[in-house]
Amino acid sequence: MGDSNYSKAYIQTLIDELKTSKIYTDLQCAAQVEIAKPTLRLSELKKGVLNGLVNSGWDRKLRNAIYRFLQTHPKLQFPSPPPEHLKEPLVFLRKAQQAWEKRILKSLNSMCTDLNIPLARKRPEKEQKEWAQKWTELGIDGPDADFGWEACQGCAYLSQFRPVYAPKDFLEVIIGLQNPNYHGSDTPGFYHLWGIVQVPLKVKDIDELRLQYSDMSINQCQSGIDDAQDIPSELFEQERVKLGKKVINTNHGPLAQEFSKKGCPTSMRATLWCQILAVELDEIDILYYEQLKTNVLQHDLLVDSLLYKDVKLTATNDDQYFVFEDFLYQVLLPFSRDTYVLNHFDYNSASPPKSYIRGRLGMDEFAVNYPPNGVIPFHGFAMYVAPMCFLYKETITLYYVFREMYVRYFFRLHSISSHPQGIVGLSLLFESLLQTHESDLFFHLKSVGCQPLKVAFKWLVRAFSGYLSSDQVLLLWDRVLAYNSLEILAVLAVAIFSFRKTNLMKVQSYNAAEAVLADLTTLQVIPLIQLSLFSK
Amino acid sequence: MDKSVLLNNFETRGWVPVGPDDDWNFYWANVQSIRNVFSIDCGFRLTDDQVISHFPNHVELTRKDLMVKNIKRYRKDLDKEGNPLAEKDENGRYIHLDFIPQTFMLPADYNLFVEEFRKNPNTTWIMKPCGKARGVGIFLVNKLSQLKKWSRDSKTSNFTPPTSKDTYVISKYIDNPLLIGGKKFDLRLYVLVTSFRPLKCYLFRLGFARFCTVKYNASINELDNMFVHLTNVSIQKQGDDYNNVHGGKWTVQNLRLFLEGTRGKEVTDRLFDEMQWQIVHSLKAVAGGISNDRHCFECYGYDIIIDDNLKPWLIEVNASPSLTSTTSSDRIMKYKLINDVINIVIPPGQVPDVRWNKIPAKEHLGNFDVLYDEELAQQDVMGGDPRKLGPGTFRGKRDGSRPSPATWK
Repeated sequence: MGDSNYSKAYIQTLIDELKTSKIYTDLQCAAQVEIAKPTLRLSELKKGVLNGLVNSGWDRKLRNAIYRFLQTHPKLQFPSPPPEHLKEPLVFLRKAQQAWEKRILKSLNSMCTDLNIPLARKRPEKEQKEWAQKWTELGIDGPDADFGWEACQGCAYLSQFRPVYAPKDFLEVIIGLQNPNYHGSDTPGFYHLWGIVQVPLKVKDIDELRLQYSDMSINQCQSGIDDAQDIPSELFEQERVKLGKKVINTNHGPLAQEFSKKGCPTSMRATLWCQILAVELDEIDILYYEQLKTNVLQHDLLVDSLLYKDVKLTATNDDQYFVFEDFLYQVLLPFSRDTYVLNHFDYNSASPPKSYIRGRLGMDEFAVNYPPNGVIPFHGFAMYVAPMCFLYKETITLYYVFREMYVRYFFRLHSISSHPQGIVGLSLLFESLLQTHESDLFFHLKSVGCQPLKVAFKWLVRAFSGYLSSDQVLLLWDRVLAYNSLEILAVLAVAIFSFRKTNLMKVQSYNAAEAVLADLTTLQVIPLIQLSLFSK
Repeated sequence: MDKSVLLNNFETRGWVPVGPDDDWNFYWANVQSIRNVFSIDCGFRLTDDQVISHFPNHVELTRKDLMVKNIKRYRKDLDKEGNPLAEKDENGRYIHLDFIPQTFMLPADYNLFVEEFRKNPNTTWIMKPCGKARGVGIFLVNKLSQLKKWSRDSKTSNFTPPTSKDTYVISKYIDNPLLIGGKKFDLRLYVLVTSFRPLKCYLFRLGFARFCTVKYNASINELDNMFVHLTNVSIQKQGDDYNNVHGGKWTVQNLRLFLEGTRGKEVTDRLFDEMQWQIVHSLKAVAGGISNDRHCFECYGYDIIIDDNLKPWLIEVNASPSLTSTTSSDRIMKYKLINDVINIVIPPGQVPDVRWNKIPAKEHLGNFDVLYDEELAQQDVMGGDPRKLGPGTFRGKRDGSRPSPATWK
């Protein structure tokens, strides 16, 4: 393995990880099966076994496992940085994230004390049985339900729960970020950022983006535009579907990813996403999910009520996602107990909040992660799951796909970091693209008191879920997966502003600007992105 | 009835509302007034510049018992003439024409029903009063004792012609409906018919699925809970979980997206194709019996249930689909519906003239697609177009050609 891109240490980590995973024992068993075959000749033992393994698809499986590792473990530099630097290299941002986390936890704790509910409690036997029965119907509530959140909590104070924070609170924090080493000023000669994000991170410019997204250029047919109903299918759709079937049959992650750069045909999207995310369910995964479900049944967490409230406020009121309400609970509740998610904090600037066993405040040996997966949900969190309900009708596949999407992409949208795809980076990318390419629009909006990011921020945090119509969100997320980058969200946000420029230039107030941009459900995202990136 | 959707459309066109005794050009009637217009005693002849929104005897399609009767007769006729559409499988069930659940009239067919029920005693049946709408008076039956009243009636002196108040239809309840998110739903599709002979019908693209707010539960205990079983919005509206933002309605586009994503494109296309065929067959079945007054057009509300084998079932056809709106997107959709209907029925900017050829221009179709235009289909046959076949074998015609948008008349 003379690949100079990967250091010896990286390759060793990869091998170590593979050796401890299930695929290692599976491969050994498969090799034993090969050896036992009568057609194998002793003189060619190694070659024969290798060929046998390749023929039965193990080569592919191993490649997918390696691919999955490469996706989730960024290349280590040399000398290897300390763990805090892997999370976040810039000290001032690290401190800002920690301060933000303190605030969230304080808010959670005070809600706890005010409402007098414990952060976690064990459910009584009877309640556990009820929950087990109604597991698939958790959305039902109301006076004639003998079961429901309100009944379980003993009184009807669900209305007193507030989401711990909303995207606009988070935006306030980001606006306040200041690099202490950097002095911006109005005097000439000093570079001053135009927008409200004042952290000078390096973001891509349009030429780099054009290169990165070159497969989406206007002269390339795309799923989502060129396979529409009124276009004869011989022009694009048939070939695309044929190619898609071949790609799916090879079951190879990088191939699926490459194919998806031009979008996934609707009927193949579910499988392609699974292949790209390397989600392949076996008995262990099924057992693991059942274990998480048992955890939900046995213990009730305060976070559950927050999630319940969030679903009721967002997805249940959305005319595209209300149907899937029950699925959302079946995904989000186990998710908050899944300690696998803790692994992603190695490369996330955030850290899981800690709580202490009752009466042992401050004593480290009694500290636990709260919630067990370390993620405190905010207003709109459920919308990360909702669009995927259109793809998977079994909750268990839905669960694992969502979990992967979260630990690879979505976590970046609500933590402060210098990563170019973090929300700070995306906000800055949005502002700099808009200011560079639509400077008159940017200036006009600023002068009427509407900083563009204030409108676009909520789109970015939710990756547009709930703002675009569901098929468009899925087309957009195809590209997030295929290009392995969230930057397309910022590109789309700029494209939307460009598209509605004529009306935006006429507005005279922040509210008017918001009104122009309030309804995005009629937009077709791919042509917009193409126009914005490739036609200037 | 909430008429705002209609009134808005009329006002936008600058139409003048008139009183009951004045002359009129366009009459959006309800089912009672239509009887007056066409009644033998006090009805009147319509002039060439008057159009009205119902066919005189639409009940042939819209009353549950008559619809079933007409469809059964239609199937038998096709069978007799040896039409390939009437092909049956080894169990004697129609392959292409099996689109209504097994149905009997009560009290007339009570004995036939009992025989069928006894063959499969564990099935559930649904009783619907013939003359009512909006889910009123419907209940589920799984024991013969629940039908004592009709068993008595059938044994007493017969030949009291059943009035619409007393007759019921009893159909096999579809107990394996397709569930999405664990919830049962049915489909409401709007179909405009401007003529029955030749048949001209148009399908509105913006149909919707109505979801039950309560989880579907096939257990016997839930038979009485109408929230679980009936998807009519007027019933669901009374439930505790009814939501005013979306009203438990999903667009057909979302349904399609979900089915394509989870089941695949071929089966989804086949499902939608089959639904369109069912609508055409149901209209063909009554085309012979409906008086084809050229002053008339009608906008039907088709209720279809899909089972979990992705087979659609025609449940009923409504002559006066509700125009009241429960949510704002609902109101917009119904406004578009009426707008497109009017544009198809009366070419925009003109006074109605019933002598026109009833072939609307493409740009007037709006959100409608041409479902089937018998006249145009026949013209194509005459013109020797080898790809399109005549009315005897519609299946051949529709394969491969995508429907072009229909226009509202």
